[in-house]
Amino acid sequence: MFNWISQTIAVTALNLRTIPRRLGSSGVAIVGIAGVVVVFVSVLSIAAGFTAAMSDAGSPSRAIVMRSGADSEMTSGLTGPEVDIIKQAPGLRRDGQAALASSELYVIIDLPKKSTGSSANVPMRGVEPVTPRVRDEVNVVEGRMFQFGSNEVVVGRGASANFAGLEVGSEIRSGQTTWKVVGMFEADGGVAETEVWCDARVLQGAYRRGNTYQLVMAQLDSADSLTTFRDWLTSNPQLNVQVQRETEYYAEKSQALGGLIQGVGFGIAALMGIGAVFGAILTMYTAVSTRAREIATLRALGFDATSVVVSVLIESLALGALGGVIGGLLAYLAFNGYQTSTMNFQTFSQVAFAFKVTPALLVMGLVYALLMGLVGGLFPAIRAARLPIPTALREL
Amino acid sequence: MKFVPLLWSSLWRKKTRTIFTLLSIFVAFVLFGLLMAIRTAFTFGVDIAGLDRLVLIHKVSLIMPLPVSYLERLKATEGVEMATHNTWFGGVYQDPSNFFAQIVVEPEPFMRLYPEYRLPADQMSAWLADRQGAVVGVDLANRFGWRLGDRVPIQGTIWQPKQGSVWEFNIVGIYDADPGVDKTQFFFRYDYLDENRRQGEGFVGWYVVKIADASQAQQMGARFDDMFANSSAETKTTTEKGFVEGFAKQVGDIGAIMVAILVAVLFTMLLVAANTMAQSVRERTSEMGVLKTLGFSNLSILALVIGESLLITLIGGGLGLLAAWLFIRQGDPTGGMLPIFMLPTRDLVLGGALVALLGVAAGLLPAISAMQLKITDALRRA
Repeated sequence: MFNWISQTIAVTALNLRTIPRRLGSSGVAIVGIAGVVVVFVSVLSIAAGFTAAMSDAGSPSRAIVMRSGADSEMTSGLTGPEVDIIKQAPGLRRDGQAALASSELYVIIDLPKKSTGSSANVPMRGVEPVTPRVRDEVNVVEGRMFQFGSNEVVVGRGASANFAGLEVGSEIRSGQTTWKVVGMFEADGGVAETEVWCDARVLQGAYRRGNTYQLVMAQLDSADSLTTFRDWLTSNPQLNVQVQRETEYYAEKSQALGGLIQGVGFGIAALMGIGAVFGAILTMYTAVSTRAREIATLRALGFDATSVVVSVLIESLALGALGGVIGGLLAYLAFNGYQTSTMNFQTFSQVAFAFKVTPALLVMGLVYALLMGLVGGLFPAIRAARLPIPTALREL
Repeated sequence: MKFVPLLWSSLWRKKTRTIFTLLSIFVAFVLFGLLMAIRTAFTFGVDIAGLDRLVLIHKVSLIMPLPVSYLERLKATEGVEMATHNTWFGGVYQDPSNFFAQIVVEPEPFMRLYPEYRLPADQMSAWLADRQGAVVGVDLANRFGWRLGDRVPIQGTIWQPKQGSVWEFNIVGIYDADPGVDKTQFFFRYDYLDENRRQGEGFVGWYVVKIADASQAQQMGARFDDMFANSSAETKTTTEKGFVEGFAKQVGDIGAIMVAILVAVLFTMLLVAANTMAQSVRERTSEMGVLKTLGFSNLSILALVIGESLLITLIGGGLGLLAAWLFIRQGDPTGGMLPIFMLPTRDLVLGGALVALLGVAAGLLPAISAMQLKITDALRRA
């Protein structure tokens, strides 16, 4: 056994030391595998970034109330009196007399995208004075909060970065209303950072909505009081509403697009991987055939066939690992934190997010690279072990 | 031509190597086809959008409704051939994941405005006779197994019916269309919606206007927007093409991402193919010397090597494109998320050109080095 191990180590060391002499063909395998890993990791980082922006926003201790049948905030509708009833529900967190529940309007406003200049559906949220206490992750980081009752707005960091004319101090003309941007806010990187916030009552006027809202966002007494809250609301004959935990709402709304990007990413990576494996196989065949004489000599000297197999596999794995590391690094350097925005069809509005090359993705990329290396080395390794010694020795 | 057998036999000099090279080129061009199809899907059919059709939406945002009364004023405008209105219904059939577009239309002007949707005449008259009638695309009908006469319930998300909780429709027609046209839509009648919805009566989503002279699109658009300026619902008019393009741009630059991935794929494949060719030429140094001794000119050696590399890429790439084309012909693999899933001829031609380019590029360096070989060196090196 010990003998076998030392044999294997000797052959492997020989293989690895001669890699620099076969730089050309080894380089092809490394570049091929690295290319697959770059594409794999970067496409999945889009999905990761998008899902993170959508789900990090949600808090499990908040619930969203919409008209039943509505599939998003945009299509929901609640009247003023309905909203007042909702705010009396049990299970809500209260601060003295006031319920920590904010009735909001959610509309879109056409604003030009900075990258293309074409108009985009930017979400605009009409909020109440209590809203910042309900959505407590929101912090104004530049300028100030808007004055209720005025045409002032605050914009999310992502909205400001992706859409034109949303700098603090600028004005947005939309229909017959002119909005004045007085501040910029952050919301822990969540989807709210794509939004423009203003006074709900002013927005009701501007969008001719009368005394109606679209949703109520409520702080729950505790994460467990959702059932109490939901049961009271859904059994109330004066109301026709649906209640969802905020985290669930956003998870649902990111499912389709996140899933599509992920599917495309896995599909492309799988196909590209096949191509790269062929590249690796070619490289390893070359490596074996150029060293046919050396391998045969070792075998003639009494080296075991399995040590030859293992040594070829290790060389191939080393190439895979190298490709994986290079690919991962490239993807990380090129794409991590890359800012963009896209349209989420499930909410019909833009979501700003950053590509997210997570450690998990890097590990996945590396594992995939090793897998490609392993598969790529398998057949050449078997070929090396089966090499008939006399012919191989005679070969040039 | 007489050298083809020579090329062929040198190709099979090392079988495994050739097969794996072929396979990696094959995979690269399958990917090429698929990525191009995805890219086309995300343009939402902008290539077939009409230039003589203008779309009027609310100036503030697409989600704001326009009064139905604008229709008569649009029709009365000089230079307008036809006008109609559409509304997004956004309902849910059984489960939200069964997404498809439901559009509320006026059947008669709508079908005249969109001749690309082909509907048999008897189905058209059935639609005109049935207020609850709906016309669906052939892909959509296949997806849910709907047949003529089926009754389909749809849950409203924006509008609730006055009676009951769901909207009921009868499938009275199934339309077909050329490739590249969305055949997953669900059209139903505006009068059915308007008489039965609880709120929002008299409002529509957007207007589509066909103008007599497409070159006047810009001026006509400006005239419409002026007509409704300072009213409660100001409009923004674009050509249908501009509208669809703008919509596609909202998604972000899918095209650029696809091209970036393709460059990575093709570059990798170029490396693999070029490396194989270089190796195969290096192994045959002495054979090249023999050929030269027999009187092959430098140019014909160059042509032989490039020809060999071209042959590999043409077989691998051609089969790859063919496989992609066959797969894409099966239609949308995601079940509804990419309604327009096709490989445009333009991209097929581009693929063919890339195949040829790859072949020449991969063979060029080895070919030049083979050409420059001196006979004495080549024979000695053996």
